[in-house]
Amino acid sequence: MARMNMIQAINSAMDIAMERDPNVLVFGEDVGYFGGVFRATAGLQKKYGKRRCFDAPISEGGIVGAAVGMGVYGLRPVVEIQFSDYIYPAFDQLVSEAARLRYRSAGGFTAPLTVRTPVGGGIFGGQTHSQSPEAIFTHVCGLTSIMPSNPYDAKGLLLSAIEDDDPVIFFEPKRIYNGPFDGHHDRPLTPWTKHDLGEVPEEYYKIELGKAKIVRPGEKVTVICYGTMVHVCLAAAEESGIDAEVIDLRSLLPLDLDCLVTSVKKTGRCVIVHEATKTCGYGAELVSLIQEHCFYHLEAPIERVTGWDTPYPHAYEWDYFPGPYRVSRAIKKVMEE
Amino acid sequence: MKTAPLSLHIPEPKTRPGDLVDFSDIQIPAAGIVARPASDIDAAAMRDYAYALIRVLDDKGQAVGEWNPKLSADTLRLGLRHMVLTREFDERMMKLQRQGKTSFYIKCTGEEAIGVAQAMALDDKDMLFPSYRQQGLLVARGCPLVRLMNQIFSNTQDNLKGRQLPIMYSEPDYGFFSISGNLGTQYPQAVGWAMASAYSGDTRIAAGWVGDGSTAEGDFHYALTFASVYRAPVVLNVVNNQWAISTFQGMAGGEQATFAARAVGYGLPALRVDGNDFLAVYAATEWAAERARNNHGATLIELYTYRAAPHSSSDDPAAYRPAEEAKNWPLGEPIERLKKHLIAIGEWSEERHAALVTEMTERVMEQLKEASSHGTLGNPPPNDPGSMFEDVLKEVPGRLLIQREEMLALRAAAAQEGV
Ligand SMILES: Cc1ncc(C[n+]2csc(CCOP(=O)(O)OP(=O)(O)O)c2C)c(N)n1
Ligand SMILES: [Mg+2]
Repeated sequence: MARMNMIQAINSAMDIAMERDPNVLVFGEDVGYFGGVFRATAGLQKKYGKRRCFDAPISEGGIVGAAVGMGVYGLRPVVEIQFSDYIYPAFDQLVSEAARLRYRSAGGFTAPLTVRTPVGGGIFGGQTHSQSPEAIFTHVCGLTSIMPSNPYDAKGLLLSAIEDDDPVIFFEPKRIYNGPFDGHHDRPLTPWTKHDLGEVPEEYYKIELGKAKIVRPGEKVTVICYGTMVHVCLAAAEESGIDAEVIDLRSLLPLDLDCLVTSVKKTGRCVIVHEATKTCGYGAELVSLIQEHCFYHLEAPIERVTGWDTPYPHAYEWDYFPGPYRVSRAIKKVMEE
Repeated sequence: MKTAPLSLHIPEPKTRPGDLVDFSDIQIPAAGIVARPASDIDAAAMRDYAYALIRVLDDKGQAVGEWNPKLSADTLRLGLRHMVLTREFDERMMKLQRQGKTSFYIKCTGEEAIGVAQAMALDDKDMLFPSYRQQGLLVARGCPLVRLMNQIFSNTQDNLKGRQLPIMYSEPDYGFFSISGNLGTQYPQAVGWAMASAYSGDTRIAAGWVGDGSTAEGDFHYALTFASVYRAPVVLNVVNNQWAISTFQGMAGGEQATFAARAVGYGLPALRVDGNDFLAVYAATEWAAERARNNHGATLIELYTYRAAPHSSSDDPAAYRPAEEAKNWPLGEPIERLKKHLIAIGEWSEERHAALVTEMTERVMEQLKEASSHGTLGNPPPNDPGSMFEDVLKEVPGRLLIQREEMLALRAAAAQEGV
C-alpha cells in the first residue's frame, strides 16, 4: 500500500496499464514533457518515451478522432481532454463515431479508447473550467461514463476503463484531486494522504465498471450521488443527524440499478445529488428509474439537489455549488412526509 | 520488396529547462527588404509573403523600407504610452493575483505591440474578436482600466456581474467581443460578423485573433474557409508567440510551414510580420484593413513574437522551457524597440521614458484605488447572488424564477441558523 492523492492514483493506473500492455498509449494537450496541467501524466513520458506519452495539438476533435483511428488499428489510446469544458469540439467524434462504430459495422470495427477529463467546480475557474457535462454523454448509447470519488476507486476504475473494449469517458472531479472536499470551503481540506481511501495498492487491481458502493449504510433515506458530491453528501448526512444511506454510483453508465433499488425499497425515501445543472441532468434518469422500480415503496417525493440551471458563475461559486447545508435540508425534507 | 518499418514522428523543441537557449534556426531577414504590394493585389501573387517576415525597425532603431507606415512622432509616442500602460497594468494585476485579490490573471508581456498597434491601425468602429491575450486592444481604445479591474475583481461594479473568470472581458461599447474560454471559437464569429457587415452594406470590418496553438482547432479552419468563400471583410491574426502553455509551436505544425502559409491553401493572402516591431504590426494591419474595406476580402496575418510571460497565473514555464529564452528572443522586445526608434529620430529620451513609466505606474495605482473601493474577489462577498439567474435567456424563465427563490430562501435560512 502507498499513500496517494487522486492524481497519483490516476497516474499509477496509466503507468501500470502502459507497463502491462504495449498497445496502451497516452496523449493530449500538455500531457507529454510537462505531464499535464494537473500533473496526471507526470513521469510517463520519461519512463515510456515520447512514442507512448506525448503532447497533442490543441484540437479536441483531432485528439478523439485520432484515438478512434488508433483504436480501430488495435491500440488502446488513453487521451486527456484538459477540462471537460473543452470536450465539445470532440463531440461529433465521440457521439457519431466512437459511440456507434461497433453498431454500424456490426462488430467489424471497434474503438477501445478512454477519454480522461476533469470535471466540476469549486476552484474559482469560472464557467469554462467548472462544468459537469456527464449527462450529455450518458444520453448517448454506446458510451460508458465513469466518475470516481477517491484515489482507490479512481485507480481501479481507470484500469478497468482502459481494458474495456468500448469507449469510456472517465470524468475526474478536479475539486477532490487533493482531498475529499465536502463543500465546507471555509475549512481546511484534509489531504488524501490522511484519509483511508488514500491508501492505494501500488500494484495492479481493477474495480468492475457498473458497481456502485454504499459509502455510508443507513436505514431512513437513500442519498444517491457521485464524484465530489459523495463527500458533500457524507457531511450532509452527518450534519442532518438522520440515518441516511449514502450511495456512490462510481459508474453512471452502466448503472448499478440493483444497489439503488434495494436501498430505496429499504428506506422508502430518496435524495439525488449532482453538481451539474438540474434540467435533463443525470438525476432525472435516476428519479425515473426509481419511480419505475420502487413506486410502491416510496414514502415521499424524491428530492433532487443539483447545480442551478445557469452557467457556473465565478463570484457566486458557493451559491451555485450544492453544499452540505442544502443537501442536509433535502434529507430532512424527505423525512417530513 | 523489403520495406523498413514505419516510425511515428513526435515533434520536440530543441531546448528544455537546463539547456542553453538556442534560437540559431530562427531566420531573421533584415528590416525593410520586403516590398509592399498594392492592397488590392491578387492573392495568388502573394504566396511568398507567407514565408517572408515584414520588418520596419532595423537594429539601429531606424524605420526602413516600403512598409514604414510613416507615423507622426505623436502617434508613435501614443503607441508607446499604451504599451507601457498595458505592461504596468499587467504587472500590477499579476501581483494582486499572487496576493489573493483575485483568482486568475494572464499577462501579454512582450506582445504589447500586437494589441496596441493593431487597435490604432484599425478604425475605432471596427469590431474586435480577441483571444485572452490582447488587452492592449482595450488600452489603446481608451477603455478605462478601472472597468477591467472591476471585472478582474468580480466586484460590485463588474460589468459582467461576477459571472466570468478574470480577464474574460466583454466590452460592447469598445467594439470588443466577449472573450471565450474555449479556444478559437471567436475566429469564425469574426468572419460571420464581417459577412453581416458586408451583407448590410456597412463600412466596418472585423478582426479576430488566435494563438499559434489554437490554429489546430477546427474553428480556425472553418473561419478560413468562410473568409475565403465569402470574401469576408476581416483581418484574421495568428499570434505566434512560440508557446501554447507547455507546448511549442511545432506541435501545432509550425515546423513544417509558417502559420501564415495556412492562408495559401485557402486562397487567402497572408502577411508574416515581426510582432515585436510596432511599425511593422501597424503597417501590416493597415494594409489588411484597407484591403478588407475595399471589398477585396480577408487577410491572414501571422504575428511572430514570443510569450515572455507565463501562460497564466496558474503556470510556471520553468518546468518546460529554458528560463533565459525571453531575454534572448532575437526580435527583442516591443517597448524597447519603439523607444529606441523614438530616441533615434530625436523625439524621445531616457528621461522622458522614465517619466512615462512613472506616470503610467501612478495611473494604474489611481485606477486600482478606485476599483478596490468597490471590492476585490470575495472581499466583501458579492451581494447580488440572485443576478446569477439573469441573462440565461432574455426573460428569466419560470423554472429559474423558482430556482432563484429557492436559492435566496436557502441563504436566508442559512444566515438565520448561523451556518
Ligand atoms: C477548446 C479549448 N481547449 C483547451 C483549452 C485550454 N487552453 C487554454 S489556453 C491554451 C493554450 C493556447 O495557446 P495559444 O493558442 O498558442 O495561445 P497563447 O496562450 O500562447 O496566447 C490551452 C490549451 C481551452 N481553453 N479551450
Ligand atoms: Mg501561443
